[in-house]
Amino acid sequence: MSFDLSYNEALVLQGASLLGASSGVIGCFAVLRRRALTGDALSHAALPGLCLGFLIAGQASMLALLAGAAISGVLGIGIIAGLRRWTRIKDDAAIGIVLSVFTGLGVVLLSVVQGRPRGGQAGLDSFIFGKTAGMIFQDAVWITILALATLLIVVVAFKEFKLVAFDPGFARVQGWPAFAVDFVLMLLIVVAIVIGLPAAGVLMMAALLVIPGAAARFWTERLHVMLLLAGLFGMASGAAGTFLTMIFVKAPTGPTIILVASLIFLVSLLFAPRRGVMARSLERRQLRQLLAPPA
Amino acid sequence: MQEFAMDSFLTPDLVRAFWNVAVGTLGGVACSLLGCFLILKRMSLLGDAISHGVLPGIAVGVLLTGQIGGPAIVIGAMVFGVLTALLTEVLSSACKVTEDASLGVVFTSLFAAGVVVISVFLSRYDLDPSCVLLGDFTKAVLVTVDWFGFEIPRALPNLLLTLALVVAFIGLLWKELKLATFDAELSSAMGFPAWLIHYLFVALVAACSVATFETMGSILALAMLVVPPATAHLLTDRLVTMLLWAAGLAFSAALFGYLLASQWVFGCNVAGMISVVAGGQFLLALLAAPRHGLVARLVRHWRLALRIAGEEILGSLYRAEEKGQPPAAVELKEHGLSPWLVWLAFARLRRRGWIEALSSGFWRLTAAGRREAEAVVRSHRLWEAFLGQNFELPIDHLHAPATRIEHFIGPELQTELAAQLEEPHTDPHGKQIP
Repeated sequence: MSFDLSYNEALVLQGASLLGASSGVIGCFAVLRRRALTGDALSHAALPGLCLGFLIAGQASMLALLAGAAISGVLGIGIIAGLRRWTRIKDDAAIGIVLSVFTGLGVVLLSVVQGRPRGGQAGLDSFIFGKTAGMIFQDAVWITILALATLLIVVVAFKEFKLVAFDPGFARVQGWPAFAVDFVLMLLIVVAIVIGLPAAGVLMMAALLVIPGAAARFWTERLHVMLLLAGLFGMASGAAGTFLTMIFVKAPTGPTIILVASLIFLVSLLFAPRRGVMARSLERRQLRQLLAPPA
Repeated sequence: MQEFAMDSFLTPDLVRAFWNVAVGTLGGVACSLLGCFLILKRMSLLGDAISHGVLPGIAVGVLLTGQIGGPAIVIGAMVFGVLTALLTEVLSSACKVTEDASLGVVFTSLFAAGVVVISVFLSRYDLDPSCVLLGDFTKAVLVTVDWFGFEIPRALPNLLLTLALVVAFIGLLWKELKLATFDAELSSAMGFPAWLIHYLFVALVAACSVATFETMGSILALAMLVVPPATAHLLTDRLVTMLLWAAGLAFSAALFGYLLASQWVFGCNVAGMISVVAGGQFLLALLAAPRHGLVARLVRHWRLALRIAGEEILGSLYRAEEKGQPPAAVELKEHGLSPWLVWLAFARLRRRGWIEALSSGFWRLTAAGRREAEAVVRSHRLWEAFLGQNFELPIDHLHAPATRIEHFIGPELQTELAAQLEEPHTDPHGKQIP
C-alpha cells in the first residue's frame, strides 16, 4: 500500500506535525506551572484581536491577524492577573470571565466582519474550529518559522525555564528575573496559540497545549525527557490526525487530531511505567502481599 | 376590531424581540442561579468543562432517537456532564494529574469526540457544531412548535423545564446546598453527603447547558454561568441577595444584548452581544460596587490616608506648642507623607476650623483643634506607657509603634488603657499625658 501525497496534503501534514510538536513542548511548561486552563482562556481571548486585525488591516494579512491575536491574548492574561491580584474575584472565575467575554466579543466582531461584503472570504469563522485541510503555503511557512523559533528559545533558555517552572520563588531569591522569564514563557504560549489558530482553531490549540504535556508527564520525572516526549506526542497526533482525515474525508481534522492525542494520553495513563495506573496497582498489590500477615 | 388592534400592536418584530429576550432570559437566569454556587465553590471552570463535555451526550441522544430536542438529548447531556466531572475527579485524585490539566484533557477530548460523531454520523441532521458552540438566537426563535394552540420557539419547553428544575433544586435543598457549598466537610460530617449534592448539581449544570445550547451556545452558557454571578459577588455578601442580583443581571444582559444586537450593530451575533453586555456589567460593578468596587476601595484608602495625615499634623503642632517652638510643616516629612497629601490634609483641617494660619508657613491650633490634637497625643502616650509597662522594650523602641497605632485607638480603648495603667500622668519619656 503506498500513499502518494499531493503537494497540498504534504503541506498540511508538515504544518500539523510541527504545530503539534511546538505546542506540545511549550505546553509542558503550562502543565507544570498549573496553567493548563490559562492556555484555554488565552486561545479564546485571542479571537477578538484576530477580528480587529482583520478589520484594521482590511484584508486577511497574516501579520495583522497574528499581531491582533497576540495583543488581545496578552490583554486577556493581564486582566486575569489583575482581577486575581486586586479584586475578590478568584482565579477560576477570572479565567471564566475573560474566556467567555472575550469569546463573545470575538463572535460579535466575527459576525460584523462576515456581514461586510466579501468578508466571508476571509474564512475567519474557521478560527474557532480550524481549517487544517485548508492550510496554504503562507500558513505553513509561518508555522515552520515560529515553531522552530519557539523550539530554539526553549533549548537556549532551558535552565531558566526549568527553574521558573518548578520554583519561581527560589528563582527570584537567586536573583533571576523570574517575572521576565515567566513572561517570556507566557509569550511563547501566546505565539504557539496564535500561529495555530488559523489552522487548528481555538479548541484544538487548548487541547494541544495540555494533552501531550500531561501524557508525557506519566513517563518521566526529568524535564528534558518530558519536553522531548511531549514534542513527539504532539507531532504524532498532528501527523496521525491529518492522515486519518485524509482517509476518512468526512471527519474534521482538528477534532481528529485531539482524539489521537487523547488516545496517546489514555495509553500513557494506563501503561506508563511507575506512574501509570497498571504499574501503580501492581505495585500496590505487591506491597499488600508484602505486608499481609503470614497465614 | 379587537383582533385587528392586537395585530397592529403585536408586529412580527415585537413578537420576535419578545421571544428572543424571553429565551435569553430563561436560559441566562437558570445558568446564573447555578453559577452563584460554582463561583462560591471556586469551580467556575467546571462549568466551562461541562458545557463542552455534554456534546457527545447530545450527539448520542440525537443518534438514538433521530430527533433534535426532547428529553433524550437532555438525559444524554446530563450523563456526559456527570461523566466530565467524574473523569476529572478520578484523573486528579487517583492518577496524579494536576486538577487543571485533568479538566483540560477531559473536556477537550469529549468535545472533539462529539464533533467527530456529529460530523461523521449526523451530517444529515440540522446540527452544526459551530452552532452548538456559538448559538444562533435568531434561528432558534424562528423554529417554532405548537403548544396548546400557541406558537412558541422550540427551545422554550426545555428552557422552562430547566429553570423550574433549577429553582426547585435550590429551593428544596437550600440548607443542604448552602452547607455543602460553604463547608463540604462539615456537611458530610453532619450526614448530608456533599458529593451527592455536588453530582446532582453537576447534572443540573449539564441540563442547563443543553437546554441553552441551541439558543445561546456553550460559550454564552459559560458566560451566564460565570459573569453575572461574579458581578453579583462584587455587589453583596449575602447568598440570597447574590442569587437575586445574578438573576436580574442575566435578564438585563439578555435585554440589552438583544437590543444592541438588533438595533445598533445590525445582524451581529446575539449570543455574543449578550456576553459582551454581561462583561460590561461586570466592569461597571468592578468600578462602582459599594464595598468591593475599585472606586469605593480607593476612596476608603484615600480617606484613611487623609485622616492619618491630618492627625500627624495635629500631633506635631501640639508637640511644638508643648516645647514652645514656632510650629512648621517641615517636620511632617519624617512621617513619610507625600507633600500633596500634607497639603490636602492642611486644607481639610483648616476647613474644619481646627488650625489657623499665622504668618507665612506657620500654623496654630484653635481651641477645637487642640481638643482633637490632645486625643491623638493622649492615644500615643498611653500606648507608650502601656508598652513600657507590659513589654521589656528599650525606651527608644516605644515611639515608632505608638506612631502607627495612635490613629486606631478610639475613646473606648483610651479609657480602658488609662484604667489599666491606673490613670498615669506621664509616659515613659516623662512627657505629660493630656
